[in-house]
Amino acid sequence: MEPILVAKNLSKKYGKVVALDNANLELYPGEVLGVIGDNGAGKSTLIKVLCGAVVPDNGEILLDGKPVSFTSPIEARTLGIETVYQNLALSPALSITDNMFLGREIRQKGFMGKFLRFLDKKAMAEEARKRLSELGLLTIQNINQLVETLSGGQRQGVAVARATSFGTKLVIMDEPTAALGVKESRRVLELIGEVRARGIPIILISHNMPHVFEVADRIHVHRLGTRLCVIDPKKYEMSDAVAFMTGAKEPPKD
Amino acid sequence: MNKISEDISKDLKDQPKFSGDIGSKDQDHHSFELGEQTTLKKIQHFLHGNPTIVPVIILILSVIGFGFIAGGKFFSAFNLSLIVQQVTIVGILASAQTLIILTAGIDLSVAAMMVLASVFMGKLSVEMGVPTLPAIMVGMISGVATGAFNGLLVTRLRLPPFIVTLGTWNIFFALVIFFTGSQSIRSSDIEINAPLLHFWGERINLGGFVFTYGAFLMIGIFVFLWFLLNKTAWGRHVYAIGDDKDAAELSGIRTDRMLVSIYAVAGLVVAIGAWVSIGRVGSVSPTSFYEGNLDSITAVVIGGTSLFGGRGTIIGSLFGALIVGVFSSGLSIAGLDVLWQRFALGCLIIIAVGIDQWIRKVSN
Repeated sequence: MEPILVAKNLSKKYGKVVALDNANLELYPGEVLGVIGDNGAGKSTLIKVLCGAVVPDNGEILLDGKPVSFTSPIEARTLGIETVYQNLALSPALSITDNMFLGREIRQKGFMGKFLRFLDKKAMAEEARKRLSELGLLTIQNINQLVETLSGGQRQGVAVARATSFGTKLVIMDEPTAALGVKESRRVLELIGEVRARGIPIILISHNMPHVFEVADRIHVHRLGTRLCVIDPKKYEMSDAVAFMTGAKEPPKD
Repeated sequence: MNKISEDISKDLKDQPKFSGDIGSKDQDHHSFELGEQTTLKKIQHFLHGNPTIVPVIILILSVIGFGFIAGGKFFSAFNLSLIVQQVTIVGILASAQTLIILTAGIDLSVAAMMVLASVFMGKLSVEMGVPTLPAIMVGMISGVATGAFNGLLVTRLRLPPFIVTLGTWNIFFALVIFFTGSQSIRSSDIEINAPLLHFWGERINLGGFVFTYGAFLMIGIFVFLWFLLNKTAWGRHVYAIGDDKDAAELSGIRTDRMLVSIYAVAGLVVAIGAWVSIGRVGSVSPTSFYEGNLDSITAVVIGGTSLFGGRGTIIGSLFGALIVGVFSSGLSIAGLDVLWQRFALGCLIIIAVGIDQWIRKVSN
């Protein structure tokens, strides 16, 4: 199977600090790829490069086998790389619908939309409701509810629904459970499963080992600015992963 | 090396195993619990969802209150029409100011922008023989340009809007003095050379109520901006930027470009206000509306728009401007000194911002 996303020999230096040192990454269709690494391993730089927030010094990124380059998250997004940021990037004072279509609004047909640029609020609300129910989030009662009235998990749900709604090729999720309680973390992990079931692969960055081991199909261990190894969570224990991460144990040789 | 590894393994084993039955499926994860709500909390939530209610209530109460204090004189058709006339210019400035404040900015230069635009209109048409319509166009362009200038400074130099517009207020004011040499353009000269400049000051009598055309234009501007803010993507983006600029950027909104366009639209509205102000005042005076900047901010704040951005309505600012008008008129009819008008206005501002802070606590 051909990978959807390939990162080859990515390098990034900040002054004398090497954040990325010829790092590689592959994401295959339909999988959840966990990315773990100690603090300062270059994990977040890797993710920022993939989502367009940081431009690498060297290396290339292939999407569906074609080399791509982007200099902003917006450009990455138009190529189909969606990111759910840790802070979610939602506007709390706007409604669920407004948030889901922020920057990608649907305008009314004909004169009203073309010349007066009126929004088609009905179509947007319907579409938003459809997306949320596909992800099993329909219990959010009112689609025009303000996002600030939602719980942390529900907000995450809205952010994920938005990220998977617009011809998305893959979703990068940065610490999706970091700010959530046990119950809501559960729900978000289920949500990750739903997104995978819909055929959208996910890169999941998390510090939470149990969560990564629970949902990831493969785990990319990042160390000293590069990929140390990729492990199968069914074949290794969490303690092994931590040992690889910290350098306490030699990585498996494939 | 191995010891560390063992330690880590031990730590992990000591951790409670992540068990699948925590929060299993039958539990409702989306349950939307607001908990026990006191009446006060309910009011808070209601006001949070309907930010225009507060200014409407204050307006109604102040009208009733001044009716009692000042008696029938206050309710006379003459007085009520006078209030609307007096509110027109501040109202238009406040509508422009609302756009800026919704983005979590502030514009101290609106009145100076307006006077500058009116100077262009008056100078060109009255003293330089330019036909009135092109002269008005130049005034409009001046409004858009000065507004966009503010926006560019805010976005390119990353300066706080307060500082940018404090600077441009002085710059625009200096330009006004430079172009006019501190001389007013007299009303009679305008009447002879460019009567069109007085158009919005013309009055019609509707059953004893006298309205200037400018008052209708002000209402028109508010309605137009309401549609813009609520029915178009541009309007939603104004709110999104004020709410959380970084989030808006990550959502794909070109926030800098948006901000420049918002300041430019505000400039255009201000320039329309410039034309109306010539009709209202009669002459073009370089020193007029010196307090218009702060008056417009007062109206917006009393109208329930949050200085922290993202929250508020354009119609609230209209009510805010009317409240200020009602207070000044009522207090002066009641025979109170001007100092007490200012005193009352000051209290009103503090109360309005206090209420806003209280309402905003809902989101936490």
